[in-house]
Amino acid sequence: MATELLGWWGVPLGIVAGTLRGSVPFLLVSLGECLTEKSGKINLGLEGTLLMGAMSAYAISYLSSGLVGPALAPWLGVLAAGAAGMMLGAIHGWLSQQPRVNDVAVGIAMIIFGSGLANFLGKPFIQPQAPQLPTLSLGGWSDLPQVQSALLISPLFLLGVAIVPLMSWFFKSTRWGLYVRAVGDSPDAAKAMGISIFGVRMASIVAGSFLAGIGGASLSLFYPGVWTERISSGQGLMAVALVIFARWQPWQCLWASLLFGGAQSLGPAFQSVGIDSYYYLFNAAPYILTLVIMIITCSPKRTLAGAPGGLGQDS
Amino acid sequence: MASMTTWRRSLEAVALPVGAVLVAFVIFGIFCALAGANPLAVYGSIYKAAFGSWSAWQNTLIRAAPLMLTALCTALPARLGLVIIGNEGALVMGGLAAVLTGLALGPSLPGGLALVAMALASLVAGGLWIMLAGALRHYRGVNETISSLLLNYIAIALMNQLVQGPLRDPAFVSKPSSYEIVETAWLGTLPATRIHWGLIYGLVASALAYILIQRTTFGFAARTAGGNVRAARIAGLPVGKLTLAVCFLAGSCAGLAGMVEVAAVQKRLNESIVSSYGYAGILVAFVARHNPLATVLVSVMLGGILAAGGILQRSHNLPDATVLVFQGIVFLCVLYSDSLYGRLPIFQERSERPGSAVAAS
Amino acid sequence: MSDRNRSFRLSRRQVMRGLLASSAFGLTAKLSTGCAQSPSTGGDAATGDAGAEEIVVGFIYVGPKDDFGYNQAHAEGAAAMAANVPGIRLVEEASVPETTAVAETMRNMIEIDGAKVLFPTSFGYFDPHILALAAEFPDVQFFHAGGLYQEGVHPNNVGSYFGFIDEAQYVAGVVAGRMSPTGKLGFVAAKPIPQLLRNVNSFTLGAQSVNPAATTQVVFTGDWSVPVKEAEATNSMVDQGVDVITCHVDSPKVVMETAEKRGVYTCGYHANQSSLAPKGYLTGAEWDWATVYTRLGKEFMEGKTLMSGAIPHILRGGLADGFCKLSPYGPAVTPEAKTDGDAAIAGIKSGKVVIYKGPLETNTGTEVLPTGKSLPIDDVELEKMDYLVKGVVGSI
Repeated sequence: MATELLGWWGVPLGIVAGTLRGSVPFLLVSLGECLTEKSGKINLGLEGTLLMGAMSAYAISYLSSGLVGPALAPWLGVLAAGAAGMMLGAIHGWLSQQPRVNDVAVGIAMIIFGSGLANFLGKPFIQPQAPQLPTLSLGGWSDLPQVQSALLISPLFLLGVAIVPLMSWFFKSTRWGLYVRAVGDSPDAAKAMGISIFGVRMASIVAGSFLAGIGGASLSLFYPGVWTERISSGQGLMAVALVIFARWQPWQCLWASLLFGGAQSLGPAFQSVGIDSYYYLFNAAPYILTLVIMIITCSPKRTLAGAPGGLGQDS
Repeated sequence: MASMTTWRRSLEAVALPVGAVLVAFVIFGIFCALAGANPLAVYGSIYKAAFGSWSAWQNTLIRAAPLMLTALCTALPARLGLVIIGNEGALVMGGLAAVLTGLALGPSLPGGLALVAMALASLVAGGLWIMLAGALRHYRGVNETISSLLLNYIAIALMNQLVQGPLRDPAFVSKPSSYEIVETAWLGTLPATRIHWGLIYGLVASALAYILIQRTTFGFAARTAGGNVRAARIAGLPVGKLTLAVCFLAGSCAGLAGMVEVAAVQKRLNESIVSSYGYAGILVAFVARHNPLATVLVSVMLGGILAAGGILQRSHNLPDATVLVFQGIVFLCVLYSDSLYGRLPIFQERSERPGSAVAAS
Repeated sequence: MSDRNRSFRLSRRQVMRGLLASSAFGLTAKLSTGCAQSPSTGGDAATGDAGAEEIVVGFIYVGPKDDFGYNQAHAEGAAAMAANVPGIRLVEEASVPETTAVAETMRNMIEIDGAKVLFPTSFGYFDPHILALAAEFPDVQFFHAGGLYQEGVHPNNVGSYFGFIDEAQYVAGVVAGRMSPTGKLGFVAAKPIPQLLRNVNSFTLGAQSVNPAATTQVVFTGDWSVPVKEAEATNSMVDQGVDVITCHVDSPKVVMETAEKRGVYTCGYHANQSSLAPKGYLTGAEWDWATVYTRLGKEFMEGKTLMSGAIPHILRGGLADGFCKLSPYGPAVTPEAKTDGDAAIAGIKSGKVVIYKGPLETNTGTEVLPTGKSLPIDDVELEKMDYLVKGVVGSI
């Protein structure tokens, strides 16, 4: 067995571990936002949804553990987070589809409302410890505790990964997927086809918010596994950029989430081996990277390949 | 008949937002009652803390001043059909440029000139920052909403890095901060008040923006291009230059807010200038439907809400998040009220005469 | 022409709308009548009636007051003051940013609530906000946690108080140094300000006093509350073989729980976090604001003030004065480590143990103190600390 100290090997390992841990909320929120944006609406309010999901999951897990036991309680928390997300999503979906109402504006109002509500209701749950979701250990083959710990996988991560091909298939091969794409790409044509634009967008936004709520649950019940008012620190907003980075493709959402999750661990991983200058810039790495990639991949002729045509237009 | 029409329309323009705010108050009152506070007492406190005295008014106006400037950063490009949310980043870049200028000049210039130089630097820095988003939009087709959002994070990281490193004043112990700008370059308060000159900057910028957009050929061109880019191109309008110019002006307003924050409040640069004035400004712009005069009034309204935030905690034992909930409810209600224009039968003229409405106005 | 008309009508509607939105908050009347009032009358008016039986004390926190960390420690101290001292009435405001907002909050507490004593607890409130308000309200006392009061420079009604919690960190370092098999300790840090660097350095010096080879890895997260980065920093240090972790962030909960999950030892900060890490919690540096605030509250009721000189402008204290304390030892702590820890506490209280003594050099090799020289814990030089001592891995 090698020495316990990994030295420089700790950096790639730390990034891999950070990727597997940190990418879960990105993955779930970006898949939710992907679905939402495919239908032609932007939901910036997912930052608030993430917080509300994190709070509800933690609160329900804590409150119900006495009734249903610590094994089942976190799963109830996950459901509660999804439900809380759907509630906020319904408000967004309804309001942002009113005439003359801009979805970006509603999104920012929803960030304020959602985080306000989460912080207000979450006060009693900051201090107690709630039962956490179980993790799957895939690192048993290694003797190194670092590797074992890096390969503790959350079932929510697997859920997210499982949704990726499903969503991809949903868009490509199902009638409902076609409806969503039609409503997002050319609302007029969809209307002519007899599709209810309001209904499809509402369903997409609510379903997307459900996923974002579960993303919040992964923050409070998996990693870092606490409820505090700063738990999301901008990850919900970031996921909106991530979807554009991923060109509205579920598979690319997965890769992009892994990249963003990994980027979060860059700063700490480098500092732990003694590279400690410019950590603010390291922390900003995902933002810079997204911007650079957007600049490279966009072209003035057409805005973005894969962009829903109706995105960002007022209803 | 003509006066009847305008009367009804004015009433509609008055009644809808007022109704929205009233509905928001009712919802918030229910919320407070559920949280164990007396809604009527809460209303009274909000009024007292936000508008109940000259001192309360000053509190409100102090908070409104930066919002007026940052709101323009979203409101102006909106006329071109661009949704810019990079207000926070432009504010930070403006503050950074102002501090760099102030530190570089030192006491070499008399106070007034130093302030002018700092203001110019902040205008340019903030302007270029948002112009970057505009340029990426125009020349590379990069979505300006997302790029400006990303630029926020980048600006804040850059500022933190500089404040932590080369600009850091080691003698200032409470948080990593730049050196202090000289006292002659501080922005003072209006006579007999505690409101700093930032309020005047905000009012003047809003008025200028209004004139520019509504009363000049430049503004007309911008609005035309915002309405239909293809038509504007056919009409020979320089859409690219318009985009860059409008984005520059928008960013410079937010940049100026950064300069005010540095010169009038903090006197040095540190993370405290990142305090969500930018994000609040986006909301103000949308609620005001991007009208530069309406942004002033909406800023005052939001300033009042923020000013009332404290009394909810101190007098009613409501937690600190209550003001966020209140803000969220008010904005959601006001945004919704927008959709009701022309939809409530009570505000429509009864005898339909399509021609007369146009002629009358 | 028609376009112009349209835009005009539109704009007028917007203006009306904004105007009325504001007036719903009460724009209607007060502007003209209010102008006559002088802004500072409230403070004077409050003097007459507040004096005799009740003193209003205002506490301002930069974050939520239930953060299980810095703000909660102060809020619990404030509650203890109100409970222990009859006649003290508390007004509190949380989540007040370090902008004009805090100046307005202080003003409201003075003018509306009649506060005669204010405790704005965040470091960043001091300059410029407290200094400006203190000059304007000379009869109100301002107590600031952590600020550096300079006689003659700052207003007479400003006092600064803080605990030498680095003494407690030193003891925690002693215990950590004894308990760590590898001698590699970890410190999750927010921002490199002097108060934080003192904690990193004294923790390291404590560990080195029992294990001269001990080192402390420090990771800066860049902000006072970024839970994901704090967890990431903890994990990456554990990956590097660090086996005792402590921190200086606003809410240590994440660090404690993450370290416990990874099976390493932890030392708490701000408050007793032993319940978060029942197996690995060694001890922790805790504030004891209840003691300090209760003492101050009694002095207020006796009529003592900063201005009269009855309360000193610089209030500092460490373990001996009850400004801070250590969490009870956790179950993992060996008797040997307990003995050393207790000895360190006794030594610090009696003054026999001096934390910052020569030879002391920074981790870049610059000499701080030559052999034979030492800095007492209350030396102001230490409050400007901008270096990491030898044995700390990391840079500012």
